[in-house]
Amino acid sequence: MKVKDQSMTLQKDMIAEHFTRLSKAEEQGKKVVYTFVPGNLTELILAFDMLPVLPEINALQSGMRKKSGRFITEAEKQGHSEDVCTYVKCDIGMLKSGNIGPTGEQLPKPDLLLLSYTGCFVFLKWFELLQQEYNCPVVMLHIPYQADGAPSPNMRNYIAKQLREKVVPALEKVSGKALDGAKLSEALAKSARAEEDFVWVLESAKTKPSPIDAYFGGVYYIGPIFTFFRGTDQAIGYYSALREEIEDRLAQGLGPMTPEGPMAEERFRLVVEGPPNWTHFREFWKMFYDEGTVVVASSYTKVGGIYDLGFRHDPEEPLETLADYCLGCYTNLNLPSRVDLLEKYINDYDADGFVINSVKSCNSFSAGQLLILRELEQRTGRSGGFIESDLVDPRYFSASNLKNRLESYFQMLEQKRGGVHK
Amino acid sequence: MKCVVGIDLGSTTTKAVILDDQGKIIGRGITNSRSNYDVACDVARTEAYIDARFGLLGQRLGHLDSDGHLLARLTKAFRLQQYLQQLNNLNQRMAYWARGDRYADCRTELEDFLAHFSQEAEAYGERLFLGDEKPKSDFFRDLAGFCYNTEAARFCEENEMSFDVLLGIYDKSILEVENTPLDKGFGRQIRTAYTRLADEVTGSIFAMVDAIADEDLEEVNAVGTGYGRQRLPFDKAQIRSEILCHGLGAHAMYPNTATVLDIGGQDTKAIQVDPSGLVTSFQMNDRCAAGCGRYLGYIAEEMNLSLPELGPLAQSAAKAVKINSTCTVFAGAELRDRLSDGQKREEILLGLHRAIMYRAMSLLARSGGISNEFTFTGGVAKNAAAVEVLRELVTENYGEGIVLNINPDSIYTGALGAALFAHRDVCAGHLLEAV
Repeated sequence: MKVKDQSMTLQKDMIAEHFTRLSKAEEQGKKVVYTFVPGNLTELILAFDMLPVLPEINALQSGMRKKSGRFITEAEKQGHSEDVCTYVKCDIGMLKSGNIGPTGEQLPKPDLLLLSYTGCFVFLKWFELLQQEYNCPVVMLHIPYQADGAPSPNMRNYIAKQLREKVVPALEKVSGKALDGAKLSEALAKSARAEEDFVWVLESAKTKPSPIDAYFGGVYYIGPIFTFFRGTDQAIGYYSALREEIEDRLAQGLGPMTPEGPMAEERFRLVVEGPPNWTHFREFWKMFYDEGTVVVASSYTKVGGIYDLGFRHDPEEPLETLADYCLGCYTNLNLPSRVDLLEKYINDYDADGFVINSVKSCNSFSAGQLLILRELEQRTGRSGGFIESDLVDPRYFSASNLKNRLESYFQMLEQKRGGVHK
Repeated sequence: MKCVVGIDLGSTTTKAVILDDQGKIIGRGITNSRSNYDVACDVARTEAYIDARFGLLGQRLGHLDSDGHLLARLTKAFRLQQYLQQLNNLNQRMAYWARGDRYADCRTELEDFLAHFSQEAEAYGERLFLGDEKPKSDFFRDLAGFCYNTEAARFCEENEMSFDVLLGIYDKSILEVENTPLDKGFGRQIRTAYTRLADEVTGSIFAMVDAIADEDLEEVNAVGTGYGRQRLPFDKAQIRSEILCHGLGAHAMYPNTATVLDIGGQDTKAIQVDPSGLVTSFQMNDRCAAGCGRYLGYIAEEMNLSLPELGPLAQSAAKAVKINSTCTVFAGAELRDRLSDGQKREEILLGLHRAIMYRAMSLLARSGGISNEFTFTGGVAKNAAAVEVLRELVTENYGEGIVLNINPDSIYTGALGAALFAHRDVCAGHLLEAV
């Protein structure tokens, strides 16, 4: 049985609608910008009436729809090694298989590759490959890594300058339109409204029992704001509806919705670091909810922007606010900042422990995770679990091994708690 | 007597430990894991109860058997009885298959061979259990298989018969024998067994043995663990992770244990425990079972050795050949390559042991390192060469002060932990019924 919240259906419809829009881009004369989720400049792209395509979203959607394995094999046939990021291989394989998107509709070619670099080295190589395929212009937005743990005014100015002098002119050239500052500000104001409701939803997990799962459910909640809809009325509508839905769950004292209905009992509250596995997403989720485990906060739901620390897009300073947004994405944080954030989540959300899902594909995420594990255990006194899988390569999802480790971890938490079966 | 049982269903062997109502170990049983997990669990449990009854008998015999000789003889006579019972079952199964149409052309030779094997295997059993011959394994499948292979090879050579035909019949039949639960009639078996020792055993001992056979061992709780734990015929609440069970089992064996390394058939676990035996952190090998016990099993097969022979041979090496791969599949190629280079078998073998232990050290480091005391468990802990390498690497990486504990019964660590959980549940009033 598959049970969905209304918001999940709404989100799915919005994404599907966007893919349909993309499939008609060429016939409708719409220009297309390929870009990445961390540091995406959706408001700016939409201000030029251009359509964004996010290759990571294509890959993860293909993973969820069981198409990624075939695409990865195709990319490997083209010579991409086993060690290459599977998002990249999935994307390249999809392209080589006719560029049919996850919903079965044709994806348009890019008119511009907007390379927003926010901590992931692979992004550079990825768009190099796409540039060779499409022979289209690339504009790079370099986001300085937060090596010292905090953004500086210089960094902010550096990004705003790049936006003003490189990115906006490139968008103007490709779209044939001048930047409409008022339109951009209006979109940023809409972003801020949606962000308010989004943060309220994330923070609802502080309640016991939590009305949401902030990882498995969270990936649905971040959908609109991390992808094509930030700065739109649709996003405002979605987050307002989502908030109402969660308010209702809170009022009824209900736990999170799972694919098999509302979770009956909240036994463990966890924080999760690392992206989920997409190829066996429901099976992976089931390993948690079957044990009464709810994820109350996660770092993955911050890759497209960290809003719960107070950042909101500011329509008064359009380019500078985009700079602040890009600087603050989770992928752009250094290791100590990531530890601080996870520690804060464990404490603020009163988690029983934390799990790190170390994915084979993603060096940006995985490097240093064992250090994170030790440091968090030391600082919080709460136990960490360590599991390994992959983003979209189904060959790296070993269900029985994962289940074995997770069960052991949950039993360890139970034992530590001094429960019945100590 | 009320008792609880813990069962560890591993990928290679299934172990059972029985505790009395005070939490004291009274019996241990082990069998090879097989396709039918229920039977493996049942056999290990039956074996543990048999061991418990012999343990009780030892206590009762007291001064009548101060050197333990009588108990050892009775145990061996009992084991022979079990062996013969399984042999009888095997003979019946093979006779059944031999009647099949596909063997019409060679039926006479086949029946001749099976009759010959039956006699040889019975004599072999008597030499093993009541004579001086040392068994190469604890399991019937291996003992009968050894005898069958030897006799079949000889017979085929003398009679120009296909070895594959004989092997095929054995393979089918041994599977069926293995998937048949053991005879649980301890009293009946021991009474048959002691008639073999009529000259050694007096009437009062017979009465004592009869009393033990009739002793009521009431199982009030059972907890299962191990790789196949989900397949155990237990309620979910009676299933515990092997991590927790190994942690608790190691703590029970050595109360100062802080770090546990368990190398089992297909996984390696590095576990940190607190002073009360609670697991605080753990790491397991992921995606790949390189460097686990199966690796040694595979190497033993490649070298035509039995598992217990590996360690001593490796220990006889003057130096170790450097081997980087711990991939079980590559191990054979690695081995042949080194042999063709003229390297000595024992030096290659020592190199393979080192490769396994390097991998274990990496996992230990990931789990938080080694703290004092350090307990090594699992089947590989029985391998003296592996232990020697481990000891060396621990000193090299963590200094001289680490105490390394290895219990002769370390293979039962997981089952002991499970039994202790079962005992705790009973003490806490959370009595669960076995399904």
